[in-house]
Amino acid sequence: MTTDTAPARGVPLIDGIEKVTGRARYTADLEHRGAFIGRILRSPVSHGEIVRLDVSRARALEGVVAVVTGADCRHPYGVLPVAMNEFPLAHDKVRYRGEPVAAVAAVDAETAERALRLIEFEVRELPAYYDADSARAEGAVRLHENKADNLERAVHHVFGDPAAGFAEADLVREAALDCAEVNHAQIEPHAALAEYDPLTDRLTMQSVSQVTFYLHLMLARCLEMSESQIRVIKPFVGGGFGARVEVLNFEIVTALLARAAQGRVLMELSREENFLTHRARPQTRVKLKLGLKRDGRITACECEVVQRGGAYAGYGIVTILYAGALLQGLYDIPAVKYDGYRVYANLPPCGAMRGHGGVNTRHAFEVLLDRMARELGLDPFEVRRRNLLRAPTRTLNDLMVNSYGLGDCLDRVERASGWHERRAHMPPGKGLGMACSHYVSGAAKPIHWTGEPHAVVNVKLDWDGSITALTGAPDIGQGSSTMVAIVVAETLGLPLDRIRVIAADSAVTPKDNGAYSSRITFMVGNAAIDAARQLKQRLIVAAARKMGQKPDEVECVGGVFQSLVVPEAAMTFTDAVKEALVDQGTLTVKGTFTCPPESQGGKHKGGAVGSTMGFSYGAQVVEVSVDAATGQITVDKVWVALDCGYAINPLAVQGQVQGSVWMGLGQALCEETRYLEGLPAHASLLEYRVPTIVESPPIEVHIVESIDPLGPLGAKEASEGALAGFAPALVAAVANAVGVDMDALPVTPDRLIEALVELRRRARRQAQSGAAP
Amino acid sequence: MAELDQPEPRKRLVRLRLNGTWREDAVADDELLVDYLRENVGLTGTKTGCDGGECGACTVLIDGAAVPACVTLAIRCDGRSVETIEGLADGGRLHRLQRAFHEKLGTQCGFCTPGMIMAAEGLLRRQPHPSDAEIRTALSGNLCRCTGYVKIIESVRAAADADG
Repeated sequence: MTTDTAPARGVPLIDGIEKVTGRARYTADLEHRGAFIGRILRSPVSHGEIVRLDVSRARALEGVVAVVTGADCRHPYGVLPVAMNEFPLAHDKVRYRGEPVAAVAAVDAETAERALRLIEFEVRELPAYYDADSARAEGAVRLHENKADNLERAVHHVFGDPAAGFAEADLVREAALDCAEVNHAQIEPHAALAEYDPLTDRLTMQSVSQVTFYLHLMLARCLEMSESQIRVIKPFVGGGFGARVEVLNFEIVTALLARAAQGRVLMELSREENFLTHRARPQTRVKLKLGLKRDGRITACECEVVQRGGAYAGYGIVTILYAGALLQGLYDIPAVKYDGYRVYANLPPCGAMRGHGGVNTRHAFEVLLDRMARELGLDPFEVRRRNLLRAPTRTLNDLMVNSYGLGDCLDRVERASGWHERRAHMPPGKGLGMACSHYVSGAAKPIHWTGEPHAVVNVKLDWDGSITALTGAPDIGQGSSTMVAIVVAETLGLPLDRIRVIAADSAVTPKDNGAYSSRITFMVGNAAIDAARQLKQRLIVAAARKMGQKPDEVECVGGVFQSLVVPEAAMTFTDAVKEALVDQGTLTVKGTFTCPPESQGGKHKGGAVGSTMGFSYGAQVVEVSVDAATGQITVDKVWVALDCGYAINPLAVQGQVQGSVWMGLGQALCEETRYLEGLPAHASLLEYRVPTIVESPPIEVHIVESIDPLGPLGAKEASEGALAGFAPALVAAVANAVGVDMDALPVTPDRLIEALVELRRRARRQAQSGAAP
Repeated sequence: MAELDQPEPRKRLVRLRLNGTWREDAVADDELLVDYLRENVGLTGTKTGCDGGECGACTVLIDGAAVPACVTLAIRCDGRSVETIEGLADGGRLHRLQRAFHEKLGTQCGFCTPGMIMAAEGLLRRQPHPSDAEIRTALSGNLCRCTGYVKIIESVRAAADADG
């Protein structure tokens, strides 16, 4: 089943008016008169033992109210319970240039900055490693004592019989692709406002977090406070994309300062510090081998991934597992071997970024599949169609697939782009390429296993007839609160403006695991529907009682409670509310959602990662113009189709798909972090080149609705699945345009020129050897 | 200790017309317009997204022209008209750009939105019916990380097509 592309039906964001009027308060906008200002001292070296850290002169400076160091927090923190190896302020050793070592709170920014200059910090330098190979080399000094070869995690998975698969293949090819480290570069810089009240021993934290629950947990751990004494509130958040899906050092540091200062501390990181605190997609080398039958059927896949993870664990183990797990779930592959290596290096730690773990392996897979299709004389669409899954099914690595709209996605973009009519007749320098991708709708196994439901939503109905949905899910601009409002309104049959949503305030809203792995629509959406259904039932029972009917003979349509038996028996919503509150008072109902065990992945080690209730599926066609003289690539247009199960808010789905495709465009064309001996050479938005509006193409979105049997109204995720398809489609389009196969991302003009020069050189050599055999 | 003995920056009175109303403030010589707006006046709609002149989130109108407030000294606004996002909505009605950005989803996280709208307003005042290329040029200094710009262009176009 599919729906038309434009114009999008759907509704604006419920908090959109705040945003367009400037009324929306982000963390740095919160009232902070009288708050102390926090600043962080960072390591000037990449690797070393701390010999001396003397803060006495800073502490003595007038206007300084607190100075904290590693000694003020004895617990390491981290997002994975098995890999907490980072302190908010360094202990004993520093492992990357820019690592926080001390922090100051003062009456104003100038005083705080002066105090930082008074801190005496001496380090005995150690050898530092800036790439995975040298970090893994024999004799390299260990960044972490317990990790030999600076290997954070090695993963070895074999499913099916790869050797037999390759033996059966008509064509076996390999490729090695390099993907640069890229950054979220969310436009709102990191900030936190922490208030500690010494009279009540309570801490209130407002921060840019996507994971307010984890922040709450880690604050309690690091400050050795009872969780019940802490309140975490998420103000408006200016984007995340994964930058804030783990607790960040500055958040804990701000809380430590607030407690030491016995007051309120505002910490705002500069854009440069944002790049140091980045947690983004790691530099990755993917070696891939595929076996294909002559007709395009995939027989086997072998993949080795090396990720340069930076100095601390963060999400690293999950990232390297995702890179392997998400080789599957898109196509039907009979045998898969995966070897993944997550390596420590003396650079700021990487983490999760939109399309977590899957993007770079998907890139390699699609690029190699495309090249092999060309060699076999197969159309890129056809080779994908030969390998489609059939839902419902389970992949070799035990991922559950209940809905699968990839075939429809292929049809839609093939038709919309005029693929067959146009591709063979592109003018010189112009090309078309395509690729597919997918992503999970929420990690089915939560990181912190507690036995609780995956999502809880409370819905409150009060005497005034207003309905307030309370969710811990952080809306960071993706529109999750709007999604909650829509599903509650639709379930109750009420207009949207009767619903309010309060999100992510631990004193008010139920716990939620956070905005990551595209989990909110599926999990929180289902919990919200559950709550709304229960509330509706309470109202129906009340209305039926009042009208002297049986509850199962009363229906609520458009806010009117109507007897199905006696047509004249009807009741307004307002009257039904009054009746429902008799003897009860304010109604609060709780909805929950729990991922069933069969969705939670295989029994193999690491099998939980990649497991999900459902995958989104995407296909896209990219059209480029290549200037062979300058190496400049212009993306003229993108056609993308995404199977999001069901579009709860098609306008928002379009926006999410456009944004994710465009983020793939940035990674494909221009984004790259670079370090000079550990010093970021990219730490501003001028040096870290994200695409501007000038080079951003029209992106035509087609929504495919496969109606997932377990999704809320049939929905799956829509925010990440399309990203990974862009870069391989672009590389294919460049090959189509100028005949070069690019092996490294981003495809910058200098890389492309180099490849074109090499192509001409090779052609000349061939011509010469052809002339004189 | 010499490095610590920086002289206090001099303050002077600045008189400017902010969102239509004249006002006077004592402003330090080195105070940036964005800090003046956010910290002195309390207009936090104007955002700081970078370390200076990188992202456009702080764009305001000075005498009708779009300018990044993070690379503008407040004292340079003496005698001039400064407009921020807070000054756009009139009499309880959204400005046409605000309405278009809201309805067309030209805003997602919203952090770049005030600057984006002010840059677009600067464009529409000098070119009421801009081409797509003119929209792109006018907004080329304003970064957005959410939308891929597609719906931003649609929003500006819709606002230009709307009455008033």
